[in-house]
Parts: sequence; structure tokens; C-alpha cells
Amino acid sequence: MIVFEKPKALADVPFHYCPGCTHGIIHRLVAEAIDELGVEGKTIGIAPVGCSVLAYNYFACDMIEASHGRAPAVATGVKRALPESVVFTYQGDGDLASIGLCETVSTAARGENITVIFINNAIYGMTGGQMAPTSLIGQVTQTSPYGRDPASQGYPIKVCELLATLDAPAYLERVTVNNVKNVRIAKRAIKKAFQNQVEGKGFSLVEVLSTCPTNWGMTPQKALEWIDEAMIPEYPLGVYRDKEA
Amino acid sequence: MARLTFKEELCKGCGLCVAACPKHILELSNTHLNQKGYAPVKLMKPEECIGCAACATMCPDCVITVER
Repeated sequence: MIVFEKPKALADVPFHYCPGCTHGIIHRLVAEAIDELGVEGKTIGIAPVGCSVLAYNYFACDMIEASHGRAPAVATGVKRALPESVVFTYQGDGDLASIGLCETVSTAARGENITVIFINNAIYGMTGGQMAPTSLIGQVTQTSPYGRDPASQGYPIKVCELLATLDAPAYLERVTVNNVKNVRIAKRAIKKAFQNQVEGKGFSLVEVLSTCPTNWGMTPQKALEWIDEAMIPEYPLGVYRDKEA
Repeated sequence: MARLTFKEELCKGCGLCVAACPKHILELSNTHLNQKGYAPVKLMKPEECIGCAACATMCPDCVITVER
């Protein structure tokens, strides 16, 4: 009996991501949630700009490519036009927390009934490792070669904490995928974010702490450990909003 | 008995499965490369596999199918 295989909601296309990049794990968790809820036929995904720009090639459901940062606005339109559909966005930190912060906050404030999967790896991956709004204090990147200095570059934006100040969001949780246990927790969170939408509960966002071995300059395994050592202390895991709890 | 099958051409040799395996029976090949030029994972002691799927859970490229 098969106990683990590639989910049906992922197309038979190899990922272009760097070796050890956890985008692949998170794509799989989203697809598993779609499979388990049996909603592939009515799911519409919105792809971002960033490393995951090609997400529209990987998910077997309908996909739309949004302009940079505008995925929640596009998702709003799709969901309002087709209320029976299941709409999700898949966005990195450059897309959601930088250029698209306005759309993110506004969509959350309106409590649109969509699911947002937010990938936070504290760096711009696709463009070659520049500082992101989510980069850690002291983190060395292409554009912060002496480490991020709050005096000139400010502090990291914590999206879950930020959105938790709004009244409308139904569900906000921060998870990671740096070991087997955390992948299972992340899967439960992502599935819940989709389930909430099916049940009409409103805006659900799951922030996933992810790795960028290439631009962090680490081996894939060391990058997973760096999430424990550096990212989780700055971005604590946990549920920031759960309206039904 | 548990059985693993690998889509070797999808493997990028990142080694996350090797580190995740509780039985320490996965290794990256040191004898050949796949078409992409990566050293793919291989199962060293199939008889010791318990089918826990930890390797497949951590694989970012859906390389591994687990049967029990």
C-alpha cells in the first residue's frame, strides 16, 4: 500500500528551485490540502513574482499570475466573482511584505474569504540575495554587506503580528518546515487555512519560515538549522489569531 | 516490508532526506550522477527501512514514494 506519493494537485513537472529549497515542501503541503479537501476542480491559485513565480506550472488547478505584490487583490476579484471557488495566493516575503504590503493589509482588513500562503525566508531569492523587509538584524545580504543595521535599514516586518492588530482576519499562524515534526504541523495549519475558506470563515494566512540555502550561503541542512537558531527567535511560531478557538 | 522508489531524475542531491532518516540508511551516490548532474540519493540497506516516510516528508522535489 502506498503511504506517501506526490499529491495529485501537483502537476507532473519538475520544480526549478535550487537544491534543498523548501518551496518544494510547501508546494506539496498546499497540494496535499487541496487533495484531502477534494477541491482541486474549483481551486484557483494566484502566483506571485519571486522565486515561486512559476508556481502556475506546478499546481494542477487553475492558476493566475498576478503583478508583483497584487496577488491578494486579484484573489479578491476572483473570489467575489466566483464565490463558490476556493482561492489561494502563494507569495514570498518580497511580494507580500514589501511591494504588496498594501494589498496584504487591505485584503486582511476587509476579511476577504481567501487563503494566503506566505513564504518568509528573510531574503530576496530570485533577484540574487538582496535584503528583504523580513531580513534579520545583522543579517548579511547583497545590499546589507555589513549586516542589517536598524539605524539605517529599520527592523524586520513581522507579518503575523502586524495583521493580528486588525479585527477581520479569521486565522493567522506562523509555522516552519525545518524538520519532520514541523512539516506535519505546517500541513495541519495549511489545511485548516483552506478548510476555513470552504466553511466561509474569512481571511486565513499561514506564514511559513522557509530556507534559501543558495543566498544564505549555507548547505541545505545547515539552512534548516539556521531557522531554529536565528529565525524562530525573531519570528516565534504559533497561532496569532483563530476566531473559532 | 517497506519499499521506497526514487524518481532519480528529479533528485537534486540536497541530502535533506539523508539527514531525516532515523535509520541512517540513505546516502548520496558516489558512483554516478543523474541527468541534471547531481549525485542522487540511494537506499543502502533496503531491509532496514521501516517505511516511516520521514525522507519523503523532507524531500522538496517529491522524489520518493513510500509503500508499506
